[in-house]
Amino acid sequence: MYEFSFRRPKSLDEATAAFESADDAFFVSGGHTLLPTMKNRLAAPSDLIDLAHLPELHGITRDGDALVIGAAETHCAVAASPLVQATIPALAQLAGSIGDMQVRHRGTIGGSVANNDPAADYPSAVLALGATVITSTREIGAEAFFDGMFATVLEPGEIITGIAFPIPPSAGYAKMRNPASRYALAASFVVRMGDSVRVAITGAGLDGVFRWAEAEDALRASFAGPALNGIALKPEDMMGDMHAAASYRAHLAAVCTRRAVDNQGRLTLL
Amino acid sequence: MTDVSITVNGKARAAEVEDRTLLVEFLRETLGLTGTHVGCDTTQCGACTVILDGQAVKSCTVLAVMADGAEVRTIEGLAEGDQLHPLQEAFSRHHALQCGFCTPGMIMASLHVIERYGSDLDAETVRHELEGNLCRCTGYHNIVKAVLDAAGTAPQNVAAE
Repeated sequence: MYEFSFRRPKSLDEATAAFESADDAFFVSGGHTLLPTMKNRLAAPSDLIDLAHLPELHGITRDGDALVIGAAETHCAVAASPLVQATIPALAQLAGSIGDMQVRHRGTIGGSVANNDPAADYPSAVLALGATVITSTREIGAEAFFDGMFATVLEPGEIITGIAFPIPPSAGYAKMRNPASRYALAASFVVRMGDSVRVAITGAGLDGVFRWAEAEDALRASFAGPALNGIALKPEDMMGDMHAAASYRAHLAAVCTRRAVDNQGRLTLL
Repeated sequence: MTDVSITVNGKARAAEVEDRTLLVEFLRETLGLTGTHVGCDTTQCGACTVILDGQAVKSCTVLAVMADGAEVRTIEGLAEGDQLHPLQEAFSRHHALQCGFCTPGMIMASLHVIERYGSDLDAETVRHELEGNLCRCTGYHNIVKAVLDAAGTAPQNVAAE
């Protein structure tokens, strides 16, 4: 790791001011993506600004029809929250399936969403549920937020403070994990809300998380696994690497979608 | 450089460290507590697991400055003199270690799992919660038995696996 200055602001305003006064600052909360990246000398911030303890980034609350999760809440806290378990059980179980126990004690929802790793779990829930990303300066709809692999529309110095998830009648998440890294090789988050169905795929797409419109249309007509018969993702739109070929990921994403449809209200691990 | 104060195994410890110092480096090099091991240094193997403010974490992926003001428990804090901790006794009794390199992390992770679940633990839960701890010798079976035994759960519950 290259040298840097560690700064621990006490409020959101202090964090923003610290960012503006530094040459090349990075925000950190759990640090479970950033610190490994820095160890490999693939990132060299002048300053690390710690968001983990900011009171504005904590809390899991219900606000009318929405579940609002503070950005610095850990995967463990989300998984263990009775409120998340009661309102969106698939989301609680998704959080409980990230990485491993120790990683879940440090990693945060805000960090995961801001990083937009193409194989991360949370972006699929944010997109499928049509969540709102709340930042230090504005509110951003999920459709507009993600901007391709490892990219979002966040401006420099803008801090995610929380995510507001509309509470759906039902949602399901199915995932095939890479057994070594535990990131998703492919995963599908399927939400049924009134007459509408939303399907978001992570782990597979060349541009990161995406909505699968064709599957949504078919499931709107008939919400059952067989409705997906004859529908396929294009391998040329999928990632291919040493762990899984693009055609395999296209197949897995469809299988995950079927499982998420047939197992609403929970996580299914393939 | 930053002054950090961390309570380690009940004792207040303070030092001036580089901001990039990892918690595991602080424990091993600054304090000389070499029971916490560095296996992979990539957040995967879990050999560096310690308990930070009540939660098992991989100390190779936490900065010492992030732990300023916190309480840390390491493998050195378990035994009382020559009297091993029940979890250490159970690992010994069930042959839950061979080379022993992963054992400090395995035990600290298991300690947290037992503290969370108590005697409600079952083999499936132990295996799920210890996914972040790699052992290349034992095949895990005896580790699961030892953890269930220390938790007060009958180890024969794992016999069918």
